[in-house]
Amino acid sequence: MCNRKKLLAVLASGALFASQAHAEDTIKIGVSQPLTGSVAAAGTYVTNGARLAADYLNANGGVLGKQIELVVEDNKSNPREAVNSAEKLILSNKVPVMMGAWGSTFTLATMPKLEEYGVPMVVETASSSKVTTSGNPWVFRISPTSKMEAQAFAEQLSAFQPAIKKVDFLSVNNDWGLGAATEFKAVFEAKGIEVGRSETMAPDATDLSAQLAAIKNSGSDTVIVTSGVEQLTLAIRQAAEQGIKQRIITTGGSFPEPLVKNPGPKGYVTTHLLFFSPWTAEQQAANPELAKAYMDAWNEKGYPFPGLTEGFRGFDGILTIAEAIRLAGKAEPEAIRDALWKVQVKGVNGDIAFHQEGPEGKESGQNKPNIYIVQLKDGEVSAL
Amino acid sequence: MDQFLQHIVNALVLGSTYALLGIGLTLIFGIMRVVNFAHGELYAFGAYVSYALVSLLGLNYFGSVLLAGMLGLLLGAAIEFLLLRRCKLENIDEVMLIMIGLMIIMQNAELLLWGGVAKVVPTPFAQESITIGGIYLSPTRLFVFCAAVVLLIAFYLIIERSRLGLAMRATFQDRDAAKIVGVNVGSIYTLTFALGSCMAAVTGALLAPVFVVAPTMGDLASLKAFAIVILGGLGNIPGAALGGFALAAIEEFGSGYISTAYRDALGFLAILIVMVIRPQGLFAIKERVG
Repeated sequence: MCNRKKLLAVLASGALFASQAHAEDTIKIGVSQPLTGSVAAAGTYVTNGARLAADYLNANGGVLGKQIELVVEDNKSNPREAVNSAEKLILSNKVPVMMGAWGSTFTLATMPKLEEYGVPMVVETASSSKVTTSGNPWVFRISPTSKMEAQAFAEQLSAFQPAIKKVDFLSVNNDWGLGAATEFKAVFEAKGIEVGRSETMAPDATDLSAQLAAIKNSGSDTVIVTSGVEQLTLAIRQAAEQGIKQRIITTGGSFPEPLVKNPGPKGYVTTHLLFFSPWTAEQQAANPELAKAYMDAWNEKGYPFPGLTEGFRGFDGILTIAEAIRLAGKAEPEAIRDALWKVQVKGVNGDIAFHQEGPEGKESGQNKPNIYIVQLKDGEVSAL
Repeated sequence: MDQFLQHIVNALVLGSTYALLGIGLTLIFGIMRVVNFAHGELYAFGAYVSYALVSLLGLNYFGSVLLAGMLGLLLGAAIEFLLLRRCKLENIDEVMLIMIGLMIIMQNAELLLWGGVAKVVPTPFAQESITIGGIYLSPTRLFVFCAAVVLLIAFYLIIERSRLGLAMRATFQDRDAAKIVGVNVGSIYTLTFALGSCMAAVTGALLAPVFVVAPTMGDLASLKAFAIVILGGLGNIPGAALGGFALAAIEEFGSGYISTAYRDALGFLAILIVMVIRPQGLFAIKERVG
């Protein structure tokens, strides 16, 4: 009888131990992305990229001898849901580190929760300077701010011939669009380039004819357009329809991919600032081999080709987190945060490392990503 | 001067599509007293039909517009028959909930079926715009304008000159009296909803190559349609047509000469002014009694 009890106790503890061992077989990384709602397409691409990175790392032995397990939560393109996703990931799934949350709005909403529970987050998409300057020491951003983008663009101004003398702006009417316009204006003014009209468009606007008609005769030679893929496509197509003669340059890393298959009038050229360009990766990418591995894995899964321009952010985000876990030597939030400061990892966009930004003592991490300039003409993409 | 003329051309093209959107909505409201929140989704439905036929199956764009109209007609009839007729339209809250539910279901079904990435429908026309002086107009937009004008006239003739239109107008004026003189009010309702839905679907299909096709496109269309209908007077059909052109003109000239940031706000400001000064709508000739 006694033996039987002993046996049961041994079995029970064995089972307990086994389940514990099983739980610790993997290292969890939380991912909060918009998989439904207005920016579902981009969020899905980023999540795809994150999954590819996890597969890539796991195929190479994982991290600290364990497999990486992504726990993906849909933040529904909604800041309130972004907060819920973070709470669920941290409290229920007990992830020691997160990646998210696509865009400044969702990221800013999530940030107080990171501080409350003490969990670091790698921000893969967000352009607002507030993300890294508001004094949250749990935030590490790999994507560029609008200011960094504007400065990187300023360094390449000489590539534009004839030279840019006067610019107009057409920006989506939200923090991103208006913020980008402000940063680019500052750069242009510093370079002695005249700034003309600033027109805006509602995020869901489809007819931009009034804005374009106003820009048409402004006497500028360049229009800086900031918005998402859909609106960029509409703006460029309608600009061509209205015979806009100015050079169009888009910012923010989005690419009007539908124009590759359905180009506008023959000979119409547009310029785009991208953070990854799959069309010209071979000649432009900072780490061409990694870029190729990423692109091959993407294509193998049959994901849509244009998604490559967004998916790399998820890929780079997970690579960064995995490297931090490796450096930390354990999957614990604080150790990972400390390790993120030491990370030096080769990503698809370029080499990733964090410098300090924000108020002293509560600095956030900010990476200095690469920016690639490409041109689109008759459905062909080429490096500038 | 060129800019002014360009704004006029733009406003006419945009106004014609606004008019089409508004007319369908106001017809349904005027005759059935149904606030059709799903109107924009029927517009999106038409656009997706065009995408599926033109981009995926390689069919002709003009044929796809026709087919989208027919499918919109059938879908509208089905919605009326299956969802609205059963609740007998007595409780406006119920009807509104049904229409909001339908809107959510249709939008999410589109997301599920087609994904969130916007789709492009190729235009059958040349990409190069027609230019007269300094005025530019793309052939696709010109076609959309002409088609919209033809549809508006056809719609007017149906309502004003046909027996069906007579029955519709009778139901609109007094449902019970129409019943007494032998109008089959049930089938008038079905036809009304079908016709209104058809207009929305045709507009969506017509505009598919002008804009992009996305699951959330119906939201903006609904918002604009409601604005137009209020501007023209609820249930006032010629008012909705004129309201469409009026809203387009306000948006075009407002953003051209005042501020693009307030483009939508200007439209709604105009509505507020109309509501205060002429609550019966800008184009109501006399106030309707009863």
